[in-house]
Amino acid sequence: MSLDQLYQQIILDHSKARHGSGLAGTDAPNGATTGQSHQLNPVCGDEVTLRLAVSEGKVAQVAWDGAGCSISMASASVLTDLAEGMTVAELHEVIDSFREVLRSRGKIHADPDLLGDAAAFEGVARYAARVKCAMISWVAAEDALNQAA
Amino acid sequence: MAVVSTPATLERAVPVMDNAEVQRIRNDFPVLDQLVNGRPLIYLDSGATSQNPLSVIEAEQEFYEQRNAAVHRGAHHLAVEATEAFEDARQTVADFVGADYSEVIWTSNATEGLNLLSYALSNAGLWAAQGRGDARLKELALNPGDEIVVTEMEHHANLIPWQELAFRTGATLRYIPVDDAGSLRMDAAREIVNGRTKLLAFTHASNVLGTINPVTELAALGRQAGALVVLDACQSAPHMPLDVKELDVDFAVFSGHKMLAPTGIGVFYGKQDILDVLPPFLTGGSMITTVTMERAEYLPAPQRFEAGTQRISQAVALAAAVNYLTETGLDRIHRWEAELGQRMVTGLESIPGVRVLGPAAGQDRIGLAAFDVDGVHAHDVGQFLDSRGIAVRVGHHCAQPLHRRLGLTATTRASAYLYNTTDDVDQFLDAVAGVRAYFRA
Repeated sequence: MSLDQLYQQIILDHSKARHGSGLAGTDAPNGATTGQSHQLNPVCGDEVTLRLAVSEGKVAQVAWDGAGCSISMASASVLTDLAEGMTVAELHEVIDSFREVLRSRGKIHADPDLLGDAAAFEGVARYAARVKCAMISWVAAEDALNQAA
Repeated sequence: MAVVSTPATLERAVPVMDNAEVQRIRNDFPVLDQLVNGRPLIYLDSGATSQNPLSVIEAEQEFYEQRNAAVHRGAHHLAVEATEAFEDARQTVADFVGADYSEVIWTSNATEGLNLLSYALSNAGLWAAQGRGDARLKELALNPGDEIVVTEMEHHANLIPWQELAFRTGATLRYIPVDDAGSLRMDAAREIVNGRTKLLAFTHASNVLGTINPVTELAALGRQAGALVVLDACQSAPHMPLDVKELDVDFAVFSGHKMLAPTGIGVFYGKQDILDVLPPFLTGGSMITTVTMERAEYLPAPQRFEAGTQRISQAVALAAAVNYLTETGLDRIHRWEAELGQRMVTGLESIPGVRVLGPAAGQDRIGLAAFDVDGVHAHDVGQFLDSRGIAVRVGHHCAQPLHRRLGLTATTRASAYLYNTTDDVDQFLDAVAGVRAYFRA
């Protein structure tokens, strides 16, 4: 597998764009319930603190602070775009599917209809050492979602 | 390339290593002959673990095929053969570092050696408090008000065991800071190591910075303070001549897998007179004289510190590794690696956006270089290099406090050994030069 299959254009773009990055400047919407989760990968020092706001059964906002490799930062950015507007059940389904693909060592293909841009991370599943990079913000989102909903 | 400065001890008329010799050496290392991602493997991660020559692999295989038995027990032929091979290996390793035979204790690795010492010193306190063992245990015991001194550049293995020893005994842990160039602040060291210091632990060569520490000067500070001096020789024993008596340290540790041997074998060196009174850490079979249902008496070193069935084949293989290194010549290996290290640093410094940690080009360093690439995380750098068949280490290299001191969380490290050519370094540099463009940094 070539490096370009791992670092898809969409991943490189999101690693720079970092949608949702910046907790301090973002207030949660009024009336929303929030959950916040800090996740750390002790192997490489990658870190994400992610806050998720739920209002009327839907994800109203995702905001996060993070430091890490392009895979982990792009993954948090893609997650932000994907999660906002989803129902709690929909986001749970997406997180479960993403985890299943990432942990499959390349055996399970991503469903682009369900995962959208996150399907670009399919190639990461073949790099065992990088799976945690892609998962870190999703683990944080799941934890935050359980607190908020 | 910058002129390589050479320590005075190396100013001898030995033929220097060259690429032609390295090519011959590489033929002894089967693992190096493979393609990774369609490119010939360039292994620059020997600081983490080294590769094994055929003579080491065969020594272990030969042991299992012809001599395998438990040592120090049983009167049968194989037991005698195995014991001889095991104890011959100890002598080989003792000679390698200038130690006496009974001062070499087998451990799994350097980490275990440092933990052994940490717990043996706790036990010294417990024994002394109950009047057990030698009267000198009172001097070895740590108490509240006593100080343990380490440095800011330590690997976690030479930091955490001392944090925990401080916790168990009430002693205070202090550290010698590093300056921005990655050298120990010796001015501060002279203040920090004082009459309260009971133990001074430091690394010979930094696994991140490549700095070679002034061991003799530090050991003298420890000596003046009346402290035990502990040397982490993980990055020196495999790469340069080492004489523990000449360096005048009380303890030293190193790992076999970083010096051409298999994993699972390491060395804990201690001065005989201290080992003779130090309580054991692990207890059980093979380390006792008499045992009753109430208590036991212990053998002297080394058996005192080798409870349970030992790593026999690994010790034999470590001796084979030592022979390989000795035949090549540690002074020659050191010189060759210093040249590779200089080549790395000089090349890295010329790449825009790359910051090398530790001594600048032209200053002494071992054959490794850790660096930061502006705008690209170390994991991505490592992945990019891997796609070109180049193996490096990424992360904090088990030195989080040092990285924090330098304002970084993760770096990339290339570390050479006797089987790396200058072309390996050049290809690595060429790949690093392409990293920022690929990630649009």
